[in-house]
Amino acid sequence: MSGGTTIALALFLPLAGAFGMVLVGRWPNLREGVTLVTAIALFLIVSSLYGPVTEGVRPSLALLSVAPGLPLVFEVEPLGMLFGLIASFLWIVNSVYSIGYMRAKQEHNQTRFYACFAIAISSALGVAFAGNMFTLFIFYEVLTLSTYPLVTHAGTPTALKGGRTYLGILLFTSISLQLVALVGTWAVAGTTDFADGGILTGTASDLVLSALLLLYVFGIGKAALMPFHRWLPAAMVAPTPVSALLHAVAVVKAGVFTVLKVALYVFGLDLVRTLAAGEFLTYVAAATILLASLIAMRQDNLKRRLAYSTVSQLSYIVVGAMMANGVAVMGAGLHLLMHAFAKITLFFCAGAIDAAHKTKEISKMRGIGRAMPFTMAAFFVASMSIIGLPLAGGMWSKWYLALGSLESHHYVVLGALLISSLLNIAYLLPIPVRAFFASDEERGVWGTGIKEAPWLCVGALGFTALASVALFFFPGPFYRLLSLIPGLGS
Amino acid sequence: MIAQFVSQHLLALQVVLPLIAAPVCVLLRRPTLSWLFALVVTWVCFAMSVALLIRLEGVGTIVYEMGGWPAPWGIEYRIGMTSAIVLVIVSGIGSVVMPYAKASVTAEIDPARHYLFYTCYLLCLCGLLGVVATGDAFNLFVFLEISSLSSYVLIALGRDRRALTAAFQYLVMGTIGATSIVIGIGLLYLVTGSLNMADIAARLPEPDTNRTVLVAFAFLGLGAALKLALFPLHVWLPAAYTHAPSAVTAFLAATATKVGVYILLRFIFTVFGASFAFTAMPLDAMLLALAVAAMFVASAIAIFQNNVKRMLAYSSVAQIGYMILGIGLATTGGVAAGLIHLFNHALMKGGLFMAIGCVFLRTGSVRLESMGGIARTMPWTMAAFVLGGLSLIGVPLTVGFISKLYLIRASFEAGLWHFGVLVVLSSLFAVAYIWRVVETAYFREPTAEAARATEAPLSMLLPTWVLVGACVYFGIDAELTVDTAFRAATALMQANP
Repeated sequence: MSGGTTIALALFLPLAGAFGMVLVGRWPNLREGVTLVTAIALFLIVSSLYGPVTEGVRPSLALLSVAPGLPLVFEVEPLGMLFGLIASFLWIVNSVYSIGYMRAKQEHNQTRFYACFAIAISSALGVAFAGNMFTLFIFYEVLTLSTYPLVTHAGTPTALKGGRTYLGILLFTSISLQLVALVGTWAVAGTTDFADGGILTGTASDLVLSALLLLYVFGIGKAALMPFHRWLPAAMVAPTPVSALLHAVAVVKAGVFTVLKVALYVFGLDLVRTLAAGEFLTYVAAATILLASLIAMRQDNLKRRLAYSTVSQLSYIVVGAMMANGVAVMGAGLHLLMHAFAKITLFFCAGAIDAAHKTKEISKMRGIGRAMPFTMAAFFVASMSIIGLPLAGGMWSKWYLALGSLESHHYVVLGALLISSLLNIAYLLPIPVRAFFASDEERGVWGTGIKEAPWLCVGALGFTALASVALFFFPGPFYRLLSLIPGLGS
Repeated sequence: MIAQFVSQHLLALQVVLPLIAAPVCVLLRRPTLSWLFALVVTWVCFAMSVALLIRLEGVGTIVYEMGGWPAPWGIEYRIGMTSAIVLVIVSGIGSVVMPYAKASVTAEIDPARHYLFYTCYLLCLCGLLGVVATGDAFNLFVFLEISSLSSYVLIALGRDRRALTAAFQYLVMGTIGATSIVIGIGLLYLVTGSLNMADIAARLPEPDTNRTVLVAFAFLGLGAALKLALFPLHVWLPAAYTHAPSAVTAFLAATATKVGVYILLRFIFTVFGASFAFTAMPLDAMLLALAVAAMFVASAIAIFQNNVKRMLAYSSVAQIGYMILGIGLATTGGVAAGLIHLFNHALMKGGLFMAIGCVFLRTGSVRLESMGGIARTMPWTMAAFVLGGLSLIGVPLTVGFISKLYLIRASFEAGLWHFGVLVVLSSLFAVAYIWRVVETAYFREPTAEAARATEAPLSMLLPTWVLVGACVYFGIDAELTVDTAFRAATALMQANP
């Protein structure tokens, strides 16, 4: 099978799956079967591209030309490969978890849920494999729209309000900023194709290029750079599997992935380093890291706390992209992976607690470790990865980011990274610690025996927690994959 | 024999056919018969305009002398790329609305008057096609009046009694517009002694020395602005669109204002010439200012409408602003962007008005309050509305996105980048007003009307989806649109009178 066919198949399969889910929607077992089969098949297809990509090939596919000079093209380069692997792999895990969760909560409209999910995954892969900024933008927008029904799934006034914020901010940023940047790029460079070393160097004055960079990075609202981060906490009205895969992995990662793509292939790292806007954005991202962590500390709703934590962690990647040296971008790329596994685990845990005990507030979770030992243990492991402690994968990305900040003498960023790690400890670790080390009285609330969430949920979250640990010991393949990008690595 | 005859007189037949056909509807009298007849006529008209567009390939212009009298003595029909596009839009929309009209007209208009509807519809079509095809200034005025008078009648056919006042308002405003056009033409005749547009262009004296020409330009500009509902001369439009029968609204919204834009283009570029309009006269600055005002004010008003038809009408005023913005940029890219949007907007607004017409058929109301939860009972209709709405917002893979892309690019290339920013900012208003409808239709509990409603008949759904499908198709494969529009714009900019 040629690379192009594989790409087409990877984009098409989830859509076909969505169609199949609607067809067999009346029989839940069959429908979930379709979901799982589609997810597994998709991962196999996406991972079949891994071999060629590591050998330096960049499989590509030109679909059609939308307008003169604006073709729909796809090209799989190492970063996109990584993002594609993450999204398609975690979709399998998430589907397993969803089945347990959605049934335990007896949610309505489950068919719509699974179908929209599949469409969202397809568009996330479209973002991952896009060969030019135009194609990427199209799939970026489809991703926004296809996830809207998932955010408002509950249909309650709160959910609608959250959905409005979600759609409002994401469409505002993408249409009024990113689209302008896209057309600006097209106007000055005559193309929007991604190319090693960028396409903008020398095409316009530094002022114009700086403006474009600002429009891009703020316009990629999914990267949740402050002040455009509020959609992410608002999206927490969604069912937890949505928050887990989309708002910890697919959607937000599509955002920071786009930032990385823009830095690497539209501007080129050398250009980003020389632009004043790059410097400015570095500090905006550093501020976001700290402010979001501080806000996270004040949240009692577990999902909201995790959402702000995500805002903070996403800016690690933006900061890496904007410091624009090989080591920092390597750290940013690895963080894409490490944070995905850790954060999805944390969200899975939040959902499991909700499904088993209908508890959403952190203050009410004291002593829950007795009833949910596996969940809370997984929570502990994932927290370590977010903080960046050894024995969890998160350490590597922070390591490279810190090295990168030293290399380009961004000591402020280094400080922000260190303080943020401390803040992470302060807002994450107390949750599992208090769950296990509580007074007998607090523990008594949860009864005597173990009362975990459905085993499908626990299995899924245990698996991703273990994967976080495994990534500490075996980051090699991913490091090597990213080193294939010219200018990356040491 | 016949084929040769048709081929020879294609351009004339395009206009004459609906003109002859209109009175036949009166003779046929019976609702179904006259509908069937009108249907065939509109489809033949569409086929002819497509044939003309194809024939134009490689020729550049097609000229036809009425009765064999050469211009400037006789009336000359003359079409170029721009006119050919507008012909296709007008006759295309006309032929898509026709099958839709059957069910809608049966529900909304007294059966005794059905034949009148089809007669006026064909007359209106004839008028709009004639305006576009003719190369004679006075003839243009005549056709404009044919289309206007018949559209007053069409609007007044609405069952709501407010349709009468709406039609009257449009009559007054439209007459002012037509009068100022005829005054402008008269002044040009005074100066040049000719009514043939190409001839006038050739005979026009050095414009800045002749005050009569300046006044003629102003009158023609005013008349065209009224006809195309350029802000702030748009007040007739919302009332007319709101109270007219659904089929009429869909047809007029997608064609009448587009022909208004065409009249503006025709006079600016082929009679007076771009250099006169934009250098000697400050038309570009005026157009840009009014376009921006339309984009923002009309969009803002649209957000606060509870009548969905009125909301879409205000949205039309805003969208016309985009077309005028493109023209006002006074570059090839800008005019092309305006033309691209002219085509695209016809598709999406036609589709949207048709979708809302389906809702009206089933619930008897187009107010937002009564549309709660309607997506459950009318899923196909509302899905069409959502797609049309996404086009209006300018989401990728829809035609609205293509329009926006080229408008922004044109403003960048003209060095007026702030207009590009204004375009995107104003398109955010569309998100607000479209999403109010989407939320109501999809997430509210069904109202009594909505729960009782059933899906619209296939005869209405199919045409609606044809237009909405075209919104998506031409959003994915825009090469044809973009290419044609650029060729038309290049021809317009080079037209050197």
